[in-house]
Amino acid sequence: MADASLGLWTVPLAVFGGAIRVSTPFLFVSLGECITERSGRINLGLEGTLVMGAMSAYGISYLSGSPWLGVLAAGITGALFGALHAGICSLPRVNDIAVGIALMLLGTGLAFFLGKPLIEPTAARLPAIDFGWWSDVPQVRAALRINVLFLIGVAIAPLLYWAFKSTRWGLLIRTAGESADAARAMGHSVLLIRLRATMVGGFLAGIGGSFLSLFYPGSWNEGLSSGQGITAVALVIFARWDPLLCLWASLAFGGAAALGPALQSVGITSGYHLFNAAPYILTLAIMIITCSPKRTLTGAPAELSITR
Amino acid sequence: MDFGRISRRHLLQGSAALALGSTLGIRGAAAAETTIGFIYVGSRDDYGYNQAHAQGAAALKKLPGIKVVEEEKVPETDAVEKTIESMINLDGATLLFPTSFGYYNPHVLKMATKFPKLKFEHCGGLWSEKDPKNAGSYFGYIDEAQFISGIVAGHSTKSGKLGFVAAKPIPQVLRNINAFTLGARLANPKATTQVIFTGDWSMPVKEAEATNSLIDQGVDVLTCHVDGPKTMVENAARRGAMVCGYHVNQSPLAPKAYLTGAEWNWEALYPKFVKMITAGEAIPNFYRGGLKEEIVKVSPYGEAVSAEARKHADDVKAKFMAGDFTIFKGPVVDNKGKTVIAAGTDRGQQDPELEKMDYLVEGVIGATA
Amino acid sequence: MTAEVESVEAVGVAPAADPGFLQRYGASIEYVLIPCAALLGALAVFGGFVALYGKNPLDLYFYMYYGAFGTWFSWQNTLTRAAPLILTALCTALPAQLGMVIIGGEGALLIGALSATSAALALQGAAPIVVQIAMVIAGVIGGGLWITLSGGLRQYRGVNETISSLLLVYIALAILNHLVEGPLRDPASLNKPSTREIGAANMIGTIPGTDVHWGLVFGLVAAVAAYVLIYHTTFGFAARVAGGNVRAAKIVGLNVGRLILTVCFLAGACAGLAGMIEVAAVQGRTNANLAAGYGFTGILVAFLARQNPLAIIPVAILLGGISASGGLLQRRLGLPDASVLVLQGIIFVFVLASDALYGRIGLFKGKS
Repeated sequence: MADASLGLWTVPLAVFGGAIRVSTPFLFVSLGECITERSGRINLGLEGTLVMGAMSAYGISYLSGSPWLGVLAAGITGALFGALHAGICSLPRVNDIAVGIALMLLGTGLAFFLGKPLIEPTAARLPAIDFGWWSDVPQVRAALRINVLFLIGVAIAPLLYWAFKSTRWGLLIRTAGESADAARAMGHSVLLIRLRATMVGGFLAGIGGSFLSLFYPGSWNEGLSSGQGITAVALVIFARWDPLLCLWASLAFGGAAALGPALQSVGITSGYHLFNAAPYILTLAIMIITCSPKRTLTGAPAELSITR
Repeated sequence: MDFGRISRRHLLQGSAALALGSTLGIRGAAAAETTIGFIYVGSRDDYGYNQAHAQGAAALKKLPGIKVVEEEKVPETDAVEKTIESMINLDGATLLFPTSFGYYNPHVLKMATKFPKLKFEHCGGLWSEKDPKNAGSYFGYIDEAQFISGIVAGHSTKSGKLGFVAAKPIPQVLRNINAFTLGARLANPKATTQVIFTGDWSMPVKEAEATNSLIDQGVDVLTCHVDGPKTMVENAARRGAMVCGYHVNQSPLAPKAYLTGAEWNWEALYPKFVKMITAGEAIPNFYRGGLKEEIVKVSPYGEAVSAEARKHADDVKAKFMAGDFTIFKGPVVDNKGKTVIAAGTDRGQQDPELEKMDYLVEGVIGATA
Repeated sequence: MTAEVESVEAVGVAPAADPGFLQRYGASIEYVLIPCAALLGALAVFGGFVALYGKNPLDLYFYMYYGAFGTWFSWQNTLTRAAPLILTALCTALPAQLGMVIIGGEGALLIGALSATSAALALQGAAPIVVQIAMVIAGVIGGGLWITLSGGLRQYRGVNETISSLLLVYIALAILNHLVEGPLRDPASLNKPSTREIGAANMIGTIPGTDVHWGLVFGLVAAVAAYVLIYHTTFGFAARVAGGNVRAAKIVGLNVGRLILTVCFLAGACAGLAGMIEVAAVQGRTNANLAAGYGFTGILVAFLARQNPLAIIPVAILLGGISASGGLLQRRLGLPDASVLVLQGIIFVFVLASDALYGRIGLFKGKS
């Protein structure tokens, strides 16, 4: 065996690297969804927002030459989709889950439609920061080539945790999520709070999409997301609407996605379809373990349609 | 106004087509131009499998008297039957190219039986005597081009470790992996190819993860067999590894890292088919060929390819062109130590046994199940 | 579902012209008029979108009509595509009566197909009718149990059924891929890993005089049966009561748990039947091609039909028509395949937004 190889050690390393590489979209979508759900609405449409964000980021980066403009465009696109979701949901008797499914379809469709001419061109990508300079092991250096968006996401999680707990803004969102009547009694417009929360959620999900097309895997095509947006929405539920748990859950999902290929690379080859389904099985298992029919979930916003 | 004219014309065409029913073949003669239908399973511009076919269709559009109608992302369900019928009934197509393997059985066979006067050319299928005579299957021995890629890769690797990102362990894919590895071991007998199966034809995140895992294992030259090689090529190049492309020429994506690649040459084959039909020649129902028949080709060598590698690859290519080179020549041992092709047995490209390949040759690290 | 709510909310403002007629039929007229208006609105917006893309919207409308309903061939194309959608839509519409949102019909379809294929392969050599009946039973049980899993998890573990049914889709797909590429693989299937074929004699064929397979009839029967079950039986009434108010249902002594499990089983059974039909009428075996998204389009159909089993029939035909005309839009107008998705999305958004209109149009207000 050549000395460049680490043998079995590549599995934990790949899972670690994968956790960093693959988790960012999960992280952004789940944090965004966390804000939206805390305000008392569920937006299942973030899958569409993610794909739309990926497409618009790639397009803008290609046209302008600046990947950061692309990230911004993805965020704005996401916020617009959030506004659309909130706008329709604010009409009487409209089911927010159904609107989410509709926007998932519309977002994916629009992104595929408008993204056709973007599959071939090569757009400017986001740079990576080399955190592995201290190591001589190329595998470690590769795993530690980290994108700023990941760091921003990691920073947003505790910030959001603090904001929910200790700021007026966070309190308003939680009030709207726990009891719309209470928020109204305090003189606030619940619809406006939810509109803002959904727009911010969409903004973050859009940025998550830009990571997919501009950093990793790093190009635009139609199979890019393969359900990551919808998985991230499920992730919020088992993270109990806690931004810090969202961070850990996203990392776990990223690692799980890397597990299948990594095991094959060291010779564990059977049942890779089942390994590929690991994130979904994991989510379901955790939901089964942590949910209970007797009480609503700890931390669940009382106004949320899916927990009632 | 404009709208009314168009609608009336198309309505007439539609009803005429229906009235004629199975005698549609006549319309081809009556119409000023021949309509050819192309059906793709994925997106026409995927930098891969479907794009290669679309480039072939584009070559046909340039011919006089030929009209090409195309439909992309047609799933391998009864949707493809309906697309075929729609192209026949509503567009007057008389020659159809359903280009995905899964279309063949049962869908293309069913349609060929239903429209006995029209011609169906299916890519990848295995036509046999019991199938309708108006259906045919063509494919390219792209493993020849993969073998050349393997030679170049074998010369270019420093670690002696090559990587292969593959979709599913099916014969067409296994044959490419094996040819690539045999080529590499011709250049460098110690070379190994590590394979990772992603499970499906288009899974960018898995493909990127597989690429990274392989490079973490010390692999420094990669190739792939998935629908869109773009993800593998770009991610490998970013990690400083070298790549061999697949389906179409991906060198614009990574000019420095791109060594060479195995490409389809449908731009050459499709016009040839049409010329054969126009000249009244029958296209063989089972049509296959490789480098010599110009159905596949090798990408131009990248700047990183050494003179020695170029010479070796060109020599073997010349033998393929002359028709006197066999890739699967016994003895061939699989990676579990079992002899799969006995010494003295030459499995030429036309050998049906090769279409059933279910093993990985010695030197491949990985398993078929 | 919302009929009761409307009549409660409707305020007695004197309507115009013929009050008796409008009061009596206002709600029914609304049920037809509002979705149609939403549909027209969506088509107008889609036309505008296509115009921005440089295509003539009038051409678009013509080709959509022509490709979906313009000729006898187009009609058959449309009906063939509608057949599986009726059944997968029921997989969402039935649990909706209980207030549950199930979006995992695709998973039940795959499991139903796998079960039906296994049954047929186990019974090779038996009379075709026996094999076919066994396939129906296996498909129904397989699909039914798969969605019952979501229902049970909700009832006994409090796991949200929307999320769990969706996760089960990915798990079902992984199981299917694992089996058809491993234990159940027919070695002769070469480049398209599949199970062995169920045999030509066991296929269910097409409705005489058409190209449309019998799946359409299965769908129609199932939709009508579901309608009768929900609106004309005690069971259906109980389900609707539980869907309206779980506490009230418990007070009057309904066994809500059993209702949930039964309805989920029936829902999954419909999707499983769709899977069985895809095997027995189209593919002849199980492989990854079965995951063609019928389960997901079914969700759309159910919501557009406002979860009414009878309304599912025309809506499924409409969406079948849209997908049938999609090819023509690609070929004649050069629009990308995703236009179908965009149009479906716009229609969905419009129909949902139009929910707000019920009981609000002055003309139709009245007491029912």
